Amino acid sequence: MTSDHLTVLKSQALEKFNAFASNSAREEEWRYTNVSALAKKNFPLATNESEINLEALAQWKLENCYHFVLVNGFFNEQASYLPKAVDICALSLESESEDDDDFESVLANEKNGFLVLNFFHSNNGLYLNLEKSEVLDKPLQIIHLTTQEAMVNTYHTVVLEENAQATIIETFINRDNQSYLSNSVLECAIENNAELTLYKLQNESEKAFHFGGVYIQQAETSKFTHHNFALGGLLARSEIHCDLDNDSECELNGLYLGQNRQHLDNHTRINHNQPNGISREFYKGILNNRARGVFQGRVIVAENAQKTDSQMNNRNLLLSADAEIDTKPQLEIYADDVKCSHGMTVGQLEEKSIFYLQSRGIDEETAKHVLTFAFANEMVEKVEFEPLKQLLQQQLLIRLPIEL
Amino acid sequence: MLSIQNLSVNVENKHILKGLNLEVKAGEIHAIMGPNGAGKSTLSHVLSGKAGYDVTDGSVSYNDKNLLDMPAEIRAREGVFLAFQYPVEIPGVSNIYLLKAALNAIRKHRGLSEVDAMDFLTMVKAKVKALDMDEKFLYRAVNEGFSGGEKKRNEILQMAMLEPQLCILDETDSGLDIDALKIVAEGVNSLRAENRAFVMITHYQRLLDYIKPDFVHVLADGKIVKSGGAELALELEEKGYSWLEQGV
Ligand SMILES: Nc1ncnc2c1ncn2[C@@H]1O[C@H](COP(=O)(O)OP(=O)(O)OP(=O)(O)O)[C@@H](O)[C@H]1O
Ligand SMILES: [Mg+2]
Repeated sequence: MTSDHLTVLKSQALEKFNAFASNSAREEEWRYTNVSALAKKNFPLATNESEINLEALAQWKLENCYHFVLVNGFFNEQASYLPKAVDICALSLESESEDDDDFESVLANEKNGFLVLNFFHSNNGLYLNLEKSEVLDKPLQIIHLTTQEAMVNTYHTVVLEENAQATIIETFINRDNQSYLSNSVLECAIENNAELTLYKLQNESEKAFHFGGVYIQQAETSKFTHHNFALGGLLARSEIHCDLDNDSECELNGLYLGQNRQHLDNHTRINHNQPNGISREFYKGILNNRARGVFQGRVIVAENAQKTDSQMNNRNLLLSADAEIDTKPQLEIYADDVKCSHGMTVGQLEEKSIFYLQSRGIDEETAKHVLTFAFANEMVEKVEFEPLKQLLQQQLLIRLPIEL
Repeated sequence: MLSIQNLSVNVENKHILKGLNLEVKAGEIHAIMGPNGAGKSTLSHVLSGKAGYDVTDGSVSYNDKNLLDMPAEIRAREGVFLAFQYPVEIPGVSNIYLLKAALNAIRKHRGLSEVDAMDFLTMVKAKVKALDMDEKFLYRAVNEGFSGGEKKRNEILQMAMLEPQLCILDETDSGLDIDALKIVAEGVNSLRAENRAFVMITHYQRLLDYIKPDFVHVLADGKIVKSGGAELALELEEKGYSWLEQGV
């Protein structure tokens, strides 16, 4: 493709994104999340700054990890620390060998404007390929730091070959409480019997827009575990799609914690395409003030996906009368011999629990924080990587001040 | 220490306590007995500051302060402790966390520094042992999945740790097996002190065999209808309550 042609396509992609954002309310998949404000924002594309203060990174860099650092979507080699002897590098659009047809086809057919935007405008991203039976010896933390009021697009691709294992931690942060769009996509192929554990800590600024898409292809007997923590963002949408082959297993855990006017959308889709798949989904939400949460959990069990075993659970805690949650399980089951269950709850803190703590000398506000923390902490306790668990607990405590 | 005068309380517009009087002095042990639904737990809730109780008349003074004016947590910090008839399960909050947070809140109120972590652990382990509990209970969520008896024992553990002045025990003996009853009673007896008083709500003489009350009161239909010494409990055991209610 000539660079002129690419330039034309890139600007068409921008137009397509703006049209999508303006009209998102009409899309069924976007029923609860209106992103038309983004079209009005008209953020410029992020640029690569040469001199940049990276002090903000220090508190987010987890110990005992590899670090893949992106600043405004651009790979920052200095701040990164990559594993040796592993096939890993920073991708850029120019280096990809997509043929022209791919570009045209994405532009013509992709309905999700964020994906179109991402495809054409991501600057850098992670490429990781673990070979057969290769095990990444430490978690790899991908840090997305935004320091501009701009659109930041990043695209990651991961391949875990047969029996390979990796843990990846996606971290989204901002330096100066700015307004911007962070748009990130991660695709992963988990081949036979391989295992991926993926964590996501979304701690964008409270003025930011965030789209994070995770698209997973699971081969036979593979295992995927995701822990999704959505704490930041003015309007944030997380999308996770998993395609499961024979005997594969996926576990999706999530916690969204919204306050003020935050809007946190969690969209998951699990396709049981073949028999004997197992999926476990457990999302918890806490919404305070005027915050709004969305949980849309879709499970599709194909006709031949017999013996599918699927559970979905979404529990919500509303801390204020103005907070809102839309929770919607969507089970489409075309096979007849399956075990599928789902449960959704929405509730408040229990008066009798608050009183019990008060009767032991703990003031009402602290009692509420303790109970809320306990509700949230159930998800944090599932995190097996200790440095991340501690960072998450710190983040919860900033929002729910109590002494541990 | 505690002076309840003519206390009248409504719950959901239902008149439950109807002019109740009770005087409790430091060092004393009072037993309150009475038929189901008489208002015993209501009294314990009103004293500990639970919301939803509408005091329509009367007063309660505690150490010469107006108890009813204080928020629940201040009452606790001032030394009022209720061992609940039905202890609440709190998933996600460990017993040890609650004990420490409560102890520190109370210490702070008294102008003391936070308890040293090692001292706290030594202290809590000693109390756990005294109550013949497994240390594992400390790390379990408060009352979650505890058996009835374990919950009651856990209430006494909290009481022992917080060293209150006014201990209200609402049917702590119910649900305890014979051995557990002895252990809990020993726990209570070891807390007996000149500056501490107990109000024990119970249906059974058995508890009073272990913890000898100075006074026994009968609460029926929202007020104290008879008071006496320890021998009154024996009389009640024999005759029931109907002979008293007829006199009302
Ligand atoms: N929230 C409420 N709404 C309506 N009625 C209530 C409420 N709480 C208590 N009551 C009523 O008040 C009365 C007294 O209840 P309380 O629990 O104090 O009795 P009690 O003496 O402790 O009985 P027991 O020996 O069975 O424990 C009962 O008739 C009860 O049904
Ligand atoms: Mg009762």
